Amino acid sequence: MKCEMCHINEANVHLTQVVGGEVRKLHLCEKCAKESGVDIQDPMAIADLFLGLGQTPSETGPGEVTGCPRCHLGRSDFKKTGRLGCPECYVHFRAELAPLLKAMHHGDRHVGKRPCGAAVAERQLESLDDLRRRLDEAVASENFELAAKLRDEIRALSGERPPASP
Amino acid sequence: MNIREILEHPHVWLAEGAEASVAISSRIRLARNLSDAAFPGWAGEEERVRVWEHLRSVLSRLPAMEGAVFAGNDELTEMDRFLLFERHLISREHAGRGRGSGIVLRPDESVVIMVNEEDHLRMQALSAGLRLSDAWQAIDTVDSQLDAKVSYAFSPRWGYLTACPSNVGTGLRASVMLHLPGLALMEEIGPLVKGVSKIGLTVRGLWGEGTDAHGHMFQISNQVTLGEREEDIIRNLEQIVSEIIGHEQNARGRLWRDRRAVLLDHVGRAAGILANAHILSSREALDLLSVLRLGMDMGILSGVSRSDVQKLMLVSQPAHLQWHEGRPLESFERDQARAALVRGVLATVLGAVKRGRRKKK
Repeated sequence: MKCEMCHINEANVHLTQVVGGEVRKLHLCEKCAKESGVDIQDPMAIADLFLGLGQTPSETGPGEVTGCPRCHLGRSDFKKTGRLGCPECYVHFRAELAPLLKAMHHGDRHVGKRPCGAAVAERQLESLDDLRRRLDEAVASENFELAAKLRDEIRALSGERPPASP
Repeated sequence: MNIREILEHPHVWLAEGAEASVAISSRIRLARNLSDAAFPGWAGEEERVRVWEHLRSVLSRLPAMEGAVFAGNDELTEMDRFLLFERHLISREHAGRGRGSGIVLRPDESVVIMVNEEDHLRMQALSAGLRLSDAWQAIDTVDSQLDAKVSYAFSPRWGYLTACPSNVGTGLRASVMLHLPGLALMEEIGPLVKGVSKIGLTVRGLWGEGTDAHGHMFQISNQVTLGEREEDIIRNLEQIVSEIIGHEQNARGRLWRDRRAVLLDHVGRAAGILANAHILSSREALDLLSVLRLGMDMGILSGVSRSDVQKLMLVSQPAHLQWHEGRPLESFERDQARAALVRGVLATVLGAVKRGRRKKK
């Protein structure tokens, strides 16, 4: 079997990972495995590799185009460093993070300690996400009046300032 | 009090806790972020400075951090930061950071907070020996007090949000530093690492890479942070560590029973070299001191205390060595200074080995 990255050498590193309930297999040669930083001890590196190869650019979500609305981290920035830019990235890149977190951890739901003000902060994050989705729809349907209203609401809620005064 | 004064005093490294012959220290780390700022790696310097100033002021009013020392990374010399790193109070990455990052340290070194490392807050509690629950209680208190003053980045689904998805959830990393010369000499570290990684824990050398750990010092910690309660993560680790301590003691027993001549030779040679060498690399010093500690723990050696050996392991490291000598040293100068330091402390050990051998016959 040939390596799935270089398609030249024989594959002798075989990885199997369950990502979002779907079994993915990856066959690499030692050189490519090493170069792409496959560290068997590090679930992050493996998960990153699977996500990276499993998704072609056309399949990426709106994140690649716009980046996180709050900190402007793009999907490629995340792929490069494996680090997110701000708490809201977890809302924005939710679709990609969900399978990654599931693969990395013992479950996909937090069951531990909670901060005292948690409920408030989360409601805010959820409603921001919802407002942004509606804003996208409003822009797409050229309903600019509604879009402007939604934009102002988002700014008020997230503390974002207009671009003129950053 | 400043950071240097704290470093002059005895600390967790040298104290003795439960299971002290194998378990050196226990640590719980919590990763936390503020909800309204970009993570440090993505934020600009101005934003990091703002976060550090804000947290510095909030933390200074926290009852749990009363008497703590505060220092911005740019207020410390590189030497200070690397001394803190060698004490395992801050990470190597944090030691390399400048303006906009900071350190908050309780004088007894039981709690240390890195501000703007990979996350806004990396809060750690340390205790000597195998005492994870004590460390958890200490850091849980700091966390709860701070929670009342700031707004943490938190999602009900994914818990505490962190810059790296591998820390999300509890943000908790529990670890125990273990001295495992028995398992190393019996060549049983490899299987241990493999077995432990299957149950969601990580073993790595404290110094050196992978299973090739210098000084036979290993750190064992939880890998998973999401989907388990803090208390369960800690209990699970504590249980596995207790088993590993049992294996180590068993390995030491087998060494004594089946390979006594080899063991005595190892310990004797370690003492001989350490007491007489004039050039000692860091690696050689750590490996030999480890064997010396084993000899002492097994009653083969006397005249040297566990904290003597522990102190030498600490002071053998580059920043501590240069601090001790009071000047910067090139690598070869360090090897000589290290040897001189070790010789000074262990001058009496050779005689002690002879006594120990007679007694055991």
